[in-house]
Amino acid sequence: MRIGVITFPGSLDDRDAARAITIAGAEPVALWHGDHDLHDVDAVVLPGGFSYGDYLRAGAIASHAPIMAEVIEAAGRGIPVLGICNGFQMLAEARLLPGAHTRNAHQQFIRRDQRLIVENATTAWTNEFAAGEEIVIPLKNADGRFVADDETITRIEGNGQVVFRYAGLNPNGSMNDIAGISNERGNVVGLMPHPEHATEPGFGPDMPDAMRSGTDGLRFFTSAMASLIARA
Amino acid sequence: MPIIVVEVMPKAEILDPQGKAVVGALDRLGKSKFGAVRIGKRFELTVDGPVDDALLAEVRELAEDMLANTVIEDVVSVHEALPVSVAGETH
Repeated sequence: MRIGVITFPGSLDDRDAARAITIAGAEPVALWHGDHDLHDVDAVVLPGGFSYGDYLRAGAIASHAPIMAEVIEAAGRGIPVLGICNGFQMLAEARLLPGAHTRNAHQQFIRRDQRLIVENATTAWTNEFAAGEEIVIPLKNADGRFVADDETITRIEGNGQVVFRYAGLNPNGSMNDIAGISNERGNVVGLMPHPEHATEPGFGPDMPDAMRSGTDGLRFFTSAMASLIARA
Repeated sequence: MPIIVVEVMPKAEILDPQGKAVVGALDRLGKSKFGAVRIGKRFELTVDGPVDDALLAEVRELAEDMLANTVIEDVVSVHEALPVSVAGETH
């Protein structure tokens, strides 16, 4: 099973995403923003970072990168696509996901271990969680405030497209405490926090039983693998 | 060469934290008569040829598609920049 990770100019977490894919038991495939080729991968990850320095708007310029034509086409075919942080911003800018991101309401970059509620455990990237389960993965961003118009919020809430919600204090002013969403089909998921940074004991978020022991992010990737097996 | 100006503003209902921070600063300077500040963007596109309605329409389409994100922003103006007055001219 091969999961591609696209590197854009300014991507930071592409290597962590590739490592997470390896730990999950799949083969990571390095993809390049300037190519028109997904190398027949089974799933795609758009990693975090600051593509193009977040110029224009976070994710805006990357959403027009050559390879995004293939990502949009693959998403339409039902291939699992995960956008993490800057990748989530790209998916919104590319209109693969509804809504948009603005500067955090408090204007500051935030980095912390973030508690999330898994609202939808049926998507391609969350089927190994339980609905209502609380997980902890790192959050780190400046433009993480999810916004959409009232009609869109009502629609995605009604469709179950809100996949993750911030538990406890809302870290950035996102509407309805939304941390991550999916498309209607559930194969495209985007979220601001970083599952790839919570896949290896000793390097994850602090947990009640031990520091840096959190590995809740691993199940994002094993979920994608399970959904691919189910599709095959 | 002609310049086409595109002006983009955050939608009224979207919180503009930058504008809010500036209002706070103005208030601290004693300029509390300015109740609100919103910060937008101005793009200047230099073009080779003459500016006509077709070109302005093309730029507007580009503005709605890429320069602005219409989920959170409005394109409030697309127009040709007024020519800069030549040195020596007083009117």
